Amino acid sequence: MTRFAWLQFRMQAAVGAGALAVIAVVLAVTEPNLVHLYNTSVANCAVSGNCAAATTAFLAKDHLLQDLANLLIALPALVGMFWGAPLVARELETGTEQLVWAQGVTRTRWILTKLALIGLASAAASGLLSLMLTWWSSTFDRVNMNKFTSVFDQRDIVPIGYAAFAFALGAATGALIRRTLPAMATTLAAYVGVRLVFTHWVRPHLITPVRAVTALHAMAGTTFNETNNGPLTLIGAKPGAWVYSAQVVNKTGHPVSGSFLDRGACLQSRAASACIGQLREALVYQPASRYWTFQWYEMAIFLALAVVLGGLCVWWVRDRLV
Amino acid sequence: MIEFQLESASGVATYLQLVQQVRQALRLGILEPGDQLPTAQQVVAKLAINPNTVLKAYRDLEREGLVRPRPGQGTFVVGALPRRDPAAQERFLISMSTWLRKALAAGLGPDDIEAIYRTAMRNLFAEGVA
Amino acid sequence: MTAVIETTALGKRYGRKWALRDCTLSIPEGNVVSLVGPNGAGKTTLLHLAVGLLAPTCGSISVLGGRPGDGPAQLEKVGFVAQATPTYAGLSVAKHLRMGAYLNAKWDRGLAQGRVDQLGLDPRQKAGSLSGGQRAQLALTIAIAKRPELLVLDEPVASLDPLSRREFLQGLMEIVAEHGISVVLSSHLVADLERVCDSIVVLVASQVRLAGEVAELLATHHRLSGPRRDPRSLPSDQAVIEESHTDKQSTFFIRTDQPILDPRWSVAPVTLEDLVLAYMAAPVRGPELGAPALGLVS
Repeated sequence: MTRFAWLQFRMQAAVGAGALAVIAVVLAVTEPNLVHLYNTSVANCAVSGNCAAATTAFLAKDHLLQDLANLLIALPALVGMFWGAPLVARELETGTEQLVWAQGVTRTRWILTKLALIGLASAAASGLLSLMLTWWSSTFDRVNMNKFTSVFDQRDIVPIGYAAFAFALGAATGALIRRTLPAMATTLAAYVGVRLVFTHWVRPHLITPVRAVTALHAMAGTTFNETNNGPLTLIGAKPGAWVYSAQVVNKTGHPVSGSFLDRGACLQSRAASACIGQLREALVYQPASRYWTFQWYEMAIFLALAVVLGGLCVWWVRDRLV
Repeated sequence: MIEFQLESASGVATYLQLVQQVRQALRLGILEPGDQLPTAQQVVAKLAINPNTVLKAYRDLEREGLVRPRPGQGTFVVGALPRRDPAAQERFLISMSTWLRKALAAGLGPDDIEAIYRTAMRNLFAEGVA
Repeated sequence: MTAVIETTALGKRYGRKWALRDCTLSIPEGNVVSLVGPNGAGKTTLLHLAVGLLAPTCGSISVLGGRPGDGPAQLEKVGFVAQATPTYAGLSVAKHLRMGAYLNAKWDRGLAQGRVDQLGLDPRQKAGSLSGGQRAQLALTIAIAKRPELLVLDEPVASLDPLSRREFLQGLMEIVAEHGISVVLSSHLVADLERVCDSIVVLVASQVRLAGEVAELLATHHRLSGPRRDPRSLPSDQAVIEESHTDKQSTFFIRTDQPILDPRWSVAPVTLEDLVLAYMAAPVRGPELGAPALGLVS
């Protein structure tokens, strides 16, 4: 059965492998230039003093990164739609299940083998692309320090979980809906929905964040952000960490608004440093050290979802399509 | 070797047609004791009929003592149809004429007699006698 | 004699509609059995139940002594050609044979290749570009090369032109002659069947109307026509299947084991097609109308 599953999957695997190979070549060719640029402009900018300009110029070179990031984000959805949804649905649509289920393999073995083979291929493709991208973008990430925040789902190992999940979702949807195009659409919608829900409502609660009130200390790169009469928040307070909220509070712990500083009571007076010394920063955050924990948790959860959906698919094919 | 034909819409079962054709061939001298009948596979290749039908026909002929299978070789003609005995034919002609006279005297016409003859032949045929 | 397919009160329901109901059959081995009936009668349902593509709602079915679809050993014993002979349009003829080799333990490579050569199929041609007749022959090759004990075919010739139809049936009969397997095939075209099958089962409106050996059925059914007569005046051994009357004449389609002695009748021969049509048209009456169990007389 494995050999037959491979016989059927060969073409799709070749397309995927070809695409990955092309990407690998492009990345390998462009990476040395990138590192050189980084080393010459940003790495030593503290010496020449024009860090802001150097950084901005460096980050402006991120077109390729953006394209590849989009590809990596799209890859699980594509796998779910083009490898997962047609898996069972296409056989049912063309009637070929009447041919293959009459051969000397049980349905259980048939679906398990196909799910395992193509599921592994999906996870491998996604993992490989993520590996390449993470390696290539390391200089950017060093400058941006946003791996834990905005690009968390495009780095390291979580894309493996996403791809396995999307594939299993596609396969199960295809088995239930029995027609390829509606299954593809449903898979896409469901995948996007689950990812959004997880990112906004589940991930923040996986581990209780750290709450800390510390003395206000401005670091290079920290800025204030104020909304009209709203609370004053810090940006860049903990580089590399995932900050839920970072507010400026006074000694009693109440948030301070921007107008407090504006009134000149603090900044203009001769006791400015004493005034500012009264202020504290109240942070709710996940420290940078927890980045890998979160990666493993999220990947494990999506893999578990993939297994559950795979089980649903097997049960449906075996017991409900009779 | 005899070659079988098939009349699809005759209402006569296929295997019976084969039996009849063998007996006819024997009567006409096309088949003689020692001749081999076509194998089931040969018949199927020509006529696309069920090989079991051929085997059934050959079994019927074997029961009548006309053919016998030789394992590994095929089915061969062993018997012959009983020769016509002129004295017996004469006897039957006389008894038939007597019967006909009685029928005509009872008021039956030629068509009635024909109908009776056909019915009687058909029934005997269905019993497998004719 | 062992039965290749044995069903007891077998039924399959979709929602509230019964696709097959109260089907009790015993099909003996070594025969070519035809399943005949109009579209929607339940033929495909019965065959799919026999190969394990469907599971019964009630009753039971056993094929070659085992439950259909129950494990690779059972699946290997039955070869199946589905209606419209589905094939993988994107896979070549050769790849289909490799599929057979990968998925069946008793695959006979020589037989498969020999048949493909004999049929003149190009191994590298994709199945999607084969003609209907060629696809049917490919599907039959795959089904037979796994060396099954039973071959099940669902309307294999329905959409073929007359020449392809003849070639397909010829190939099938040669396979039976060579390997001695049992065959169950369904068709809504009766004309081909009398020369091809040993027994028939007539299925109408998801129930079995008639089952028996073709030779015996032809010998015991007759069409009688003669002067107008009440069917109740017929001898008790004659069961009326169909009747029609004008003011002066009656025509009866009867079944009887006894000879017909009444000289008033003109008795016409009956073809298999006449037989099937009469039973398909007849309303379901009492139990004398065609015993549902196939005779096991060989």
